[in-house]
Amino acid sequence: MIAGLTKLERQLSLAVLTVLALCGLAFAAAGRNDPIGTHGFVILLSAVGLMFVVMAGYYAPEPDKERLSRYYDDPTKVGIILAMAWAVFGLFFGVWVAALLAWPDLTFDAAWSSFGRIRPVHTTSVIFGFGGNALIATSLHVLQRTTRARLPDQFSPWFVLLGYNLFCVLAVSGYFMGLTQSKEYAEPEWYADIWLVIVWVVYFLIYIRTLARRKEPHIYVANWYYMAFILVVAILHIVNNLAVPVSFGSAKSYSLFSGVQDAMTQWWYGHNAVAFFLTAGFLGMMYYYLPKRAGRPIFSYRLSIISFWGIVFMYMWAGSHHLHYTALPQWVQTLGMTFSVVLLVPSWASAGNALATLNGAWHKVRDDATLRFMMVAAVFYGLSTFEGSFMAIRAVNSLSHYTDWTVGHVHAGALGWVAMISFGSIYALVPWMWKRERMYSSRLVEVHFWLALSGTVVYVFAMWNSGIIQGLMWRTYNESGTLAYSFIDSLVAMHPYYIARTLGGLLFLLGAMVGCYNIWMTIRQPGTSLAAEGSEVDEPALATSTALQAGE
Amino acid sequence: MEIGKRDPVTGKTTTGHEWNGIEELDTPVPRVVLFFLFVTILFSVVYWVLMPAWPLGVTYTKGLLGFDDRQVVASAVSDATLERAAWTDKVASMDFPAIQADEGLMRSVRETGRTLFADNCAVCHGVDAKGGPGFPDLTAKAWLWGGSPEQITQTIEFGINSGHPDTRVSQMMAFGRDGVLDRKQINDVVAYVRSLSGAEAATGDNAGRIEAGREVFAANCVACHGDTGKGNVEVGAPDLTDAKWIYGSDTQSVFNTVYGGRQGHMPHWKDRLTPIDVKVLALYVQSLDGAAK
Repeated sequence: MIAGLTKLERQLSLAVLTVLALCGLAFAAAGRNDPIGTHGFVILLSAVGLMFVVMAGYYAPEPDKERLSRYYDDPTKVGIILAMAWAVFGLFFGVWVAALLAWPDLTFDAAWSSFGRIRPVHTTSVIFGFGGNALIATSLHVLQRTTRARLPDQFSPWFVLLGYNLFCVLAVSGYFMGLTQSKEYAEPEWYADIWLVIVWVVYFLIYIRTLARRKEPHIYVANWYYMAFILVVAILHIVNNLAVPVSFGSAKSYSLFSGVQDAMTQWWYGHNAVAFFLTAGFLGMMYYYLPKRAGRPIFSYRLSIISFWGIVFMYMWAGSHHLHYTALPQWVQTLGMTFSVVLLVPSWASAGNALATLNGAWHKVRDDATLRFMMVAAVFYGLSTFEGSFMAIRAVNSLSHYTDWTVGHVHAGALGWVAMISFGSIYALVPWMWKRERMYSSRLVEVHFWLALSGTVVYVFAMWNSGIIQGLMWRTYNESGTLAYSFIDSLVAMHPYYIARTLGGLLFLLGAMVGCYNIWMTIRQPGTSLAAEGSEVDEPALATSTALQAGE
Repeated sequence: MEIGKRDPVTGKTTTGHEWNGIEELDTPVPRVVLFFLFVTILFSVVYWVLMPAWPLGVTYTKGLLGFDDRQVVASAVSDATLERAAWTDKVASMDFPAIQADEGLMRSVRETGRTLFADNCAVCHGVDAKGGPGFPDLTAKAWLWGGSPEQITQTIEFGINSGHPDTRVSQMMAFGRDGVLDRKQINDVVAYVRSLSGAEAATGDNAGRIEAGREVFAANCVACHGDTGKGNVEVGAPDLTDAKWIYGSDTQSVFNTVYGGRQGHMPHWKDRLTPIDVKVLALYVQSLDGAAK
């Protein structure tokens, strides 16, 4: 892979890695009595390790100019593999943390395995590790195909992909050591946050620089969503993580916000992380791989426009519905609730646009598990956005808040929508990327599909039951005017559902492992010169682009 | 790039855009989408007019209904308090024997006490109040600090070794670790103490030890546990003649107790629970006495 980089890019890599190694060394020295010192070593070792990789290929001959007439897909390939690895890791911890709720002794008396630590390990690994890598990998692929332009250089995509994974490693290893900002989905501490900002700006620049050189007159809708994802996540991340570190040698920092302002900022972030990370980014994925796999035109261009602007505008207001009936002033709750209700319309418009795109290709949905993954994802997207708008209504929320219903809702979205669309896209993408005719085994894709679907359904039904029972138990009074059930009574009632939930998660994990095996075997099987199904174009249509890009 | 190509499946024309084989149909936005957009926005506008909604500098639009969350909660709480007052007022004003004599009132006390106990006390004493190693069984009638409702109230309010200025304080010395007794003396006194509750019968083998232990006991333990080992609720010293043990009755456990001492801990609840809650809990806990299985 280093052989594909130019001499200049290899030198740039070494320079950046040297700076990174020095930063790691500085943290290791300044924080020798603090967990940040450990992270300094992690950064140092990562940088030095990669330096060895670059050095090993440093004297390889300069790559030929011919490469510039092809798309640059190596980062996408590595991104797919990283996404699947994070998926298995994160889902495993999900099953563990679910089991912990049913059988609390499963921490084995270790601090690192306590619920408060492995729960963010699970969420960060699946959302940022799996979801994030899948987004980066697919976005770089979609970006080139829909602009007919090669990535602007070969260094920055690696910087983004590997830098992002360094962030994920810092985040997850930090939780094991007990580091957290105590902000849900924004747990990593200040230095990891700053690093992510740098990575993210480079990611955005890749997008802008490629779009600026596009050979297509129009920007495809998938790219609007990917752009919204990158831009808004940057804004959310920077604002919510504004904090003052105790010192350069300390991992601990204090947020700029406090009290109800902090809560509101956090849930403005949290809900828009759902909106722009887990929705917009994956809608971008859906808008490319679903029509491509179905071989059908998008149902309605205009529908995609109004749903895009509807989603990006409405979501920004909706975060306060996480704080119904709290110290947050009621008028803020009103706005959050009403915008959440309106949001249902563009959300369903997107889901409907995806499903209507399949008109004329339903026989393929029946026969092809890859396309079925994407179809079911669109259905779950519709279901969970309906549920979300419903739960944002204050009266409903007074029952659902703080219960497992919320957890079930999140997983309907995360398993049913985000993971399914990612698996579908990856199954479409892997044969294209590795120039194989098809996946190693379409039966295993089928097996994965049914494991994933049954796991999701078991999980979501368990949490619906558990959540509603919990909500009702918490508000039932006896004749004396006292709450009829103690908290522990409600926990006892939850126990069977927690076991069912663990089982659902286990099925989903098994599915992902089957997927990993299938992808691995696809990569290992001999290559073919045949065009892969879906006839993915490997080279920009414009041969003249070589001259145009050579100078970059 | 063909402009307005017709899609054979739907009969609709495309927009003429094409990205790596992906095209878009020029389908108009379905009416139903516009309809629901209109309905949801209308709902929102009506809701904004009726409810607190938009910020206006330092204030906000109050809404025509004059609905205020804080007032709603405050009045709901005061309504509920008023409703409960039917029996809580009696609990507050009546003394313990009078309450205990009122079966209707005791039913409310037990209903409420069960939830209060499970939410506040069960963490240590267990949902069945039977305790566990280190935590007393409240159903056993073996009260460290006395089992009258008044005495239980004081224990709940101020705790044991709790840090509250009025806390109940007790400590059993670490006779072995602090070198007060040597190992033989401890073994003897352990045998004697166990014999008090019949946990260890005098056989030829240990009769001597029990006798020796009696002397050790008389010299070191009677100050708190009393001459006969019946304990003393004034200092929280347990009765050693019953079969109820907090830290275990086997030889090793009793040895550990004598060797390392004991100092239990119970938090004070006066600042967390209302006086009525405490009273209800005291009555509830006392009513468990023997009643619980």
